[in-house]
Amino acid sequence: MSDNLLEIENLNIDYLVDKGDFRAVKNVSFNIGRGEIFGLAGESGCGKSTIAYAITRLSKAPAWVSGGSIRLDGQDLLRMPEIDLQKIRWKRIGMVFQSAMNSLNPLMRVEAQFHDVLHRHTGCSRQESRARAEEMFKLVGIPAHRVGDYPHQFSGGMRQRIVIAICLALRPELIIMDEPTTALDVVVQREILEQVLDLQQTYGFSVLFITHDLHLMAQLCGRIGVMLKGELVEVGDVTQVSQAPAHDYTRKLWNAIPQLPGNVHLSGALA
Amino acid sequence: MKPQTQASIAEPVIQLENIQRDFGPVQALKSVSFSLFAGRALALVGESGCGKTTCARIIARLDRPTGGKLFFRGQDRTARGSGNDERLYRKDVQMVFQDPFSSLNPAFTVNHHLSRPLQLHGQDRPKAGRGEDIMRLLESVGLDPALTRQKFPHELSGGQRQRVNIARALAVSPSILVADEPTSMLDVSIRKDILELLARVKRENDLAMLYITHDIATAAHVAEEIVVMFAGQMVEWGDTATVLAAPKHPYTQLLLSAVPDGGRRFVTGGSARFLEQAEKVRALSRPISTVVEQVGTNHFMRALAASN
Repeated sequence: MSDNLLEIENLNIDYLVDKGDFRAVKNVSFNIGRGEIFGLAGESGCGKSTIAYAITRLSKAPAWVSGGSIRLDGQDLLRMPEIDLQKIRWKRIGMVFQSAMNSLNPLMRVEAQFHDVLHRHTGCSRQESRARAEEMFKLVGIPAHRVGDYPHQFSGGMRQRIVIAICLALRPELIIMDEPTTALDVVVQREILEQVLDLQQTYGFSVLFITHDLHLMAQLCGRIGVMLKGELVEVGDVTQVSQAPAHDYTRKLWNAIPQLPGNVHLSGALA
Repeated sequence: MKPQTQASIAEPVIQLENIQRDFGPVQALKSVSFSLFAGRALALVGESGCGKTTCARIIARLDRPTGGKLFFRGQDRTARGSGNDERLYRKDVQMVFQDPFSSLNPAFTVNHHLSRPLQLHGQDRPKAGRGEDIMRLLESVGLDPALTRQKFPHELSGGQRQRVNIARALAVSPSILVADEPTSMLDVSIRKDILELLARVKRENDLAMLYITHDIATAAHVAEEIVVMFAGQMVEWGDTATVLAAPKHPYTQLLLSAVPDGGRRFVTGGSARFLEQAEKVRALSRPISTVVEQVGTNHFMRALAASN
């Protein structure tokens, strides 16, 4: 067993369309170490989300994984029977998607949604689920007594935190976060991502963090991969990718983000 | 109290004076006052739910204020005017919306989208010149008329569609352009291009522009003046460069501190402190305060309610 938790090798994913196959992911290989936060950057349509879905085999037709392997602790997820994979989703790999705050069931109390996941994987009782939900709420900074509320009673940022809490409830080894804060404002974004970092330090899980914002990625990730039209054009540690990007496209992506002019001087504790 | 932003002696095109908007018990806007001037842009910045879009809707007359006054070229236009007045007003105030995918009708070509406003609002112009007008409009937003004119929205990229939306808004020669989060649904790599296009059309057409965004970093690229809003109140406003370089209100400072910056890594163990700080700033900024302090030549902030 190597130090890598996840190993993706020569992954090819096609979209089968009328005009022939469109290769959305071309020969992509990268690893994520244990306890590492790995960032995957690129603009819409570059294939970054397609990879996220393929890891847990959630790709739906017309997407088709046509080659390569995705190994979790040496086990190939792509060739595993569905029944074994079901035990891995949520339990070992958690997922937080872009519209995650809308992925809560509006008709169910939040504690029931915790119970859904927990009962399925651990067979625990409602009381146990509730206790776990309360514990997780505290962890993500929401008052524990609110576990009995419905999703609409929470703000967008809180809902996103609840999804992260459900995701962490089973202590997964890997969390895939696909643009988890795109729909939120910058203050809430920083609140949530700093919290993810703290939780990661405490529990030691690995993170695959996907976003188009290199600046945000560089604040959180240890290593970064940059994708362009289905290809991984650069992989390196955060300092190298930020300070000495090897690929032209990486430089272009850095320059594309409108920045604040000059140095903003912040007073006091906010800096 | 007249805390409007004013940088020139020119007469404002649009002036909001103590505008209020209540939705039932919710005060979405609490006494908002600012002015838009020809050839200048004002950025309205704040988190979701702070009242930015409500301001835009009031200016575009898609919504009506509960209190306060709306002036257009010095005339009080708060109350609903005659049909013709309203039509003329709407011709003068055009909007570009956030979602380039839903703001064009999928069943019609680019040509149709541009000829309709010309037909409806430009009845004084000869019909024969319409084709040329459309070509000119497409060129002015950086699209090749030969390639795009007969295309349907689904055949265009998000950036191209947003360019069509800008051309559609310009078709009726408005004097005011309201752009509500025009780049937040576009790819990072083309956001700057659209911002530059907006700045250029503003300059070329001498437009008074209201640029609405939650991304304070983009404000500097488009707008001469900035208004930071929180919970329905203007908390800090003035020249964009001044406000961004020396933010005085704790909420503006909080907002700036959260702008992603690759050079400033998150520190482990920092989340609790930031969360606490953010909550504190929100609690401080939320109560209604009527005291405005001038902190620079064209730089104002609302005093925190506690210090009243």
